[in-house]
Amino acid sequence: MYRYDEFDHAVVAARVDEFSSQVARRLSGELTEEQFRPLRLMNGVYLQLHAYMLRVAIPYGQLSSRQLRMLAHIARTYDKGYGHFTTRQNIQYNWPQLCDIPAALADLASVEMHAIQTSGNCIRNTTSDPFAGVAADEVTDPRPWAEIIRQWSTIHPEFTYLPRKFKIAISAGEEDRAAVAFHDIGIRIVRNDAGEIGFKVLVGGGMGRTPRVGRVITEFLNPTELLGYLESILRVYNLHGRRDNKYKARIKILVDALGIDEFRRQVEVEWAHLRGSEVEVPASEIERIHSYFVPRELPARPEAPAEFLAARQQNAAFARWVDANIINHRVPGYAGVTITLKPAGGIPGDVTADEMDAIADLADRFGFSELRATKDQNLVLPSVAQEDLLPLWQELVSLSLAEGNHGLINDMITCPGLDYCALANARSIPLAQEISTRFADLERQANIGPLTLNISGCINACGHHHVANIGILGVDKHGDEAYQLVIGGDARDSAAVAQISGPGYSQEKIVDAVETTVNTYLAQRTGAEETFIETFRRIGLAPFKEALNAAR
Amino acid sequence: MSKTFVTANRLTDGLVVFRTADGAWSTAYADAALYDDSAAEVAAASSEATVVVGVYAVEVEQAEDGSWQPLTTRERIRVLGPSIAYQRSA
Repeated sequence: MYRYDEFDHAVVAARVDEFSSQVARRLSGELTEEQFRPLRLMNGVYLQLHAYMLRVAIPYGQLSSRQLRMLAHIARTYDKGYGHFTTRQNIQYNWPQLCDIPAALADLASVEMHAIQTSGNCIRNTTSDPFAGVAADEVTDPRPWAEIIRQWSTIHPEFTYLPRKFKIAISAGEEDRAAVAFHDIGIRIVRNDAGEIGFKVLVGGGMGRTPRVGRVITEFLNPTELLGYLESILRVYNLHGRRDNKYKARIKILVDALGIDEFRRQVEVEWAHLRGSEVEVPASEIERIHSYFVPRELPARPEAPAEFLAARQQNAAFARWVDANIINHRVPGYAGVTITLKPAGGIPGDVTADEMDAIADLADRFGFSELRATKDQNLVLPSVAQEDLLPLWQELVSLSLAEGNHGLINDMITCPGLDYCALANARSIPLAQEISTRFADLERQANIGPLTLNISGCINACGHHHVANIGILGVDKHGDEAYQLVIGGDARDSAAVAQISGPGYSQEKIVDAVETTVNTYLAQRTGAEETFIETFRRIGLAPFKEALNAAR
Repeated sequence: MSKTFVTANRLTDGLVVFRTADGAWSTAYADAALYDDSAAEVAAASSEATVVVGVYAVEVEQAEDGSWQPLTTRERIRVLGPSIAYQRSA
């Protein structure tokens, strides 16, 4: 795991001092709200419906147990005892007082954390695969590259006032687990025919009111050229991105307007100036950053131990959890574990301070004190011995966090919605609670199989409804909440934007519509091995539309 | 017949506050003053830049029980707080 050097410490400490002074000047009236707003946003402080909100960065989702305990401390000391994990692998607090935020940021700095660039028109937290460094299917560990991007993009003077926010994701698994196709820049680490590692770069992906699948700008980029190339993309965007219209200011609109070929040409003109310049990362620096991510020497543990296999045979709930929440580890005898923060009837992504502390203890006991936050609003213990899976699961049962629902219908992504968000049109969380209660039976969830269901309270799509197999979008209907149902989205390499199923639904009818959609899939699938998205791709939207209309 | 109340977020903690009849602010909706025309009150309240942020007026209608309720879901949630039990195990 990366550890701050003196520069990182100095940058974060200086920012805490600077923001403390800005808060003091705002409270005294020296700064107007208009002057203060962009400053607080650059430090992750929003003003929401009922209170301020503080968003804390978790770079590429990586957390130590010590840091998670600090997040619990922040929740307890400065908030109402809980936090909310977000789709950008961050955590946000819904109730901090403005006057307390400088102290909270100082506490965070003590464990190498901050809220810099978690908001505002700048390069946001770079996200990655939650199983980076441990997944059996990965080309190489993407975290050193995510860290290099983090260092380059943190307080980059040229990119602090972009036309709009800018999000980068990087992943290296055979299967993309970071939704890279839906980022302003998405990077897939690949191996070429010569066996060399390089970057396939996508640009102009995104969700919001104009969902776009990222377009390939280069199939293969040499690792040393990464920052020069990213800087060239950012320069073209910074120069030509629209600043006159907030809704047309993202890079995807520029790529649409120019076409990917012309956009690429302009980037390459810029790149010709930067190639070979000091922007490129020296090999020694690449090596230095990689040294923080050298794979941990894991003690040898038995593969498929008898006790584990027996428990899996005898305990249906444990077996379900193993089936859904465990992935293969690069080291035999180990597994990667997802702790889904999605108990039936619960609030997706919410964790209390006590739960954070308990999960940090489990990370110490079973997972080398290492954790990850995921874009699906879950937590991951990346390295757990198979022998320890049963005792870990038993501890999770006592925390009510042991449901084997990862990747199933109840593992929903849900934005805060109108319960908190000043931008939302409709509530998301109560809907998620109603759906997860309706589908609470784990056997039913397992029978339905892999299915993503995401909910956004408005067209900004923080709840990723566009890329869900079944997506729900909250809309405003004459001051009341209404919901649109979309079907067929996919956040993986086989990326697709979901299609509108028909007219919207009232709050009372939307959960029935979800059930009708699920039942239509079950009736149409060729067998249990055909997933929802596969069935959708085979039969198209029409049978779903028909069933939904018949049930109206 | 509709009336309006005047609301904002308090600068120090961001909490929702309501303009009271004596020109102060309260976190209790029951203390909110109702106006036939709140334009002057919004203007006056907006000058209190070290006390509140984002002053605006909200239209309300009288419900059957006699209480005055905002017309939109958004404003009703803002008055009542989140509609969910957000402190799960607290």
